[in-house]
Amino acid sequence: MVGILAVQGAFAEHAQMLDRLGAAYTCIRQKRDLVGIERLILPGGESTTQRRLLCDLGLLVPIREMIASGMPVMGTCAGLILLADEVADEERCLGGLPVRVRRNAYGRQLGSFSVVGEIGSINDYPMRFIRAPYVETVLQPDVQVLNITDGRITAVQYKHILGLAFHPELTEDDRLHQYFLSFSA
Amino acid sequence: MNDRYQLNKELAQMLKGGVIMDVTTPEQAKIAEAAGACAVMALERIPADIRAAGGVSRMSDPAMIKGIQEAVSIPVMAKCRIGHFAEAQILEAIEIDYIDESEVLSPADDVYHIDKTKFRVPFVCGAKDLGEALRRIAEGAAMIRTKGEPGTGDVVQAVRHMRKMQSEIARLTSMREDELYEAAKQLQVPYDLVQYVHENGKLPVVNFAAGGVATPADAALMMQLGAEGVFVGSGIFRSGDPAKRAAAIVKAVTNYNDPSVLAEVSASLGEAMVGINAQEIALLMAERGK
Repeated sequence: MVGILAVQGAFAEHAQMLDRLGAAYTCIRQKRDLVGIERLILPGGESTTQRRLLCDLGLLVPIREMIASGMPVMGTCAGLILLADEVADEERCLGGLPVRVRRNAYGRQLGSFSVVGEIGSINDYPMRFIRAPYVETVLQPDVQVLNITDGRITAVQYKHILGLAFHPELTEDDRLHQYFLSFSA
Repeated sequence: MNDRYQLNKELAQMLKGGVIMDVTTPEQAKIAEAAGACAVMALERIPADIRAAGGVSRMSDPAMIKGIQEAVSIPVMAKCRIGHFAEAQILEAIEIDYIDESEVLSPADDVYHIDKTKFRVPFVCGAKDLGEALRRIAEGAAMIRTKGEPGTGDVVQAVRHMRKMQSEIARLTSMREDELYEAAKQLQVPYDLVQYVHENGKLPVVNFAAGGVATPADAALMMQLGAEGVFVGSGIFRSGDPAKRAAAIVKAVTNYNDPSVLAEVSASLGEAMVGINAQEIALLMAERGK
């Protein structure tokens, strides 16, 4: 069962994508929703809002432990920020992904943009950057960089963790979700 | 479709399940952000004070808006008057994240709304029913909210607008395709938007509730009625303990379907804003700009 963090943001778009792929999922709004989860999606949204709700709803520690135990996780945009071991000018949230990210790294909404590029071995992938972060530095040599756009790292993989600065859930292209579902749980 | 408009609609998608709070100072903005607001609306006076003060109400001072932009990392919105495209140009120049073309301010044009397709920044507009919502979308709005009755603390009109919109959407969805032309005529909106609603059972943009939300229960009510998120204006900084109430409303929007969570967050919040019954007031702001 895939768990989609549903405290705030674009979780319904991830759910739609999993519907299309025929993958069973459940939405996580409280601790009791974590039972039976084998992989986890952290959606786009406002990371400060999601962080506050993770703490208040008692989800932070259990999810951190699940990630540490090797559960496959995909974080998109705000989700990448929650996963990063270091966040510029801020405390880290969940952690687990050894990268340093910068929030709102392209500025305000006028800086939002889209491009088509390669994500690892996936060609012609449409990337939507909405007030997006990017990865400033990779903190361990075994973090794989899957995409660099305009000199900025925007997609990484570390073992079972996929961190994306953009929003695969806003596209019609389900190849990244398929790739994530292929990680062994 | 124009990619900038698409990106602007997508920013609204990222705000879903969240609470957008009215703030008048950088300090209030920080309180709102810490409480979990997904965006703030920067304005000089909250709607309750605008209503009390009367007179002409205009766009806020750009210096004041910039102060709030510097204080927080979440998106910052600001209001311009209905039809006042020069105010909107100024807000775009200071790189506001979203413009609210709002009936809470005094309308600058009693016929025309702003042609929002001419702007690169996104707009949110109020709507009392499906026709208004689709007309605003045709003009380029990337997000819709109910109009409610701002500054009253009375949720009755937000409820009325949301129910009306949902029932009109349901009606379009159940129509035969050949009936959609007449529906577009009656709603006074372009046919392609009617067709979109018919096929998808929802607006082509994100739809929030606004106006009169003062408690976690109000927020949960609006979410259960189909809102995708909530604007809270006077309800927070007009109450006894703004930080606590703000955090409670944020949690209520996440767990709007769980009465036990709602009971927990509703407890001991201190005094809610006093409010005015919507039928006791002479000036209905929701009647501005159809």
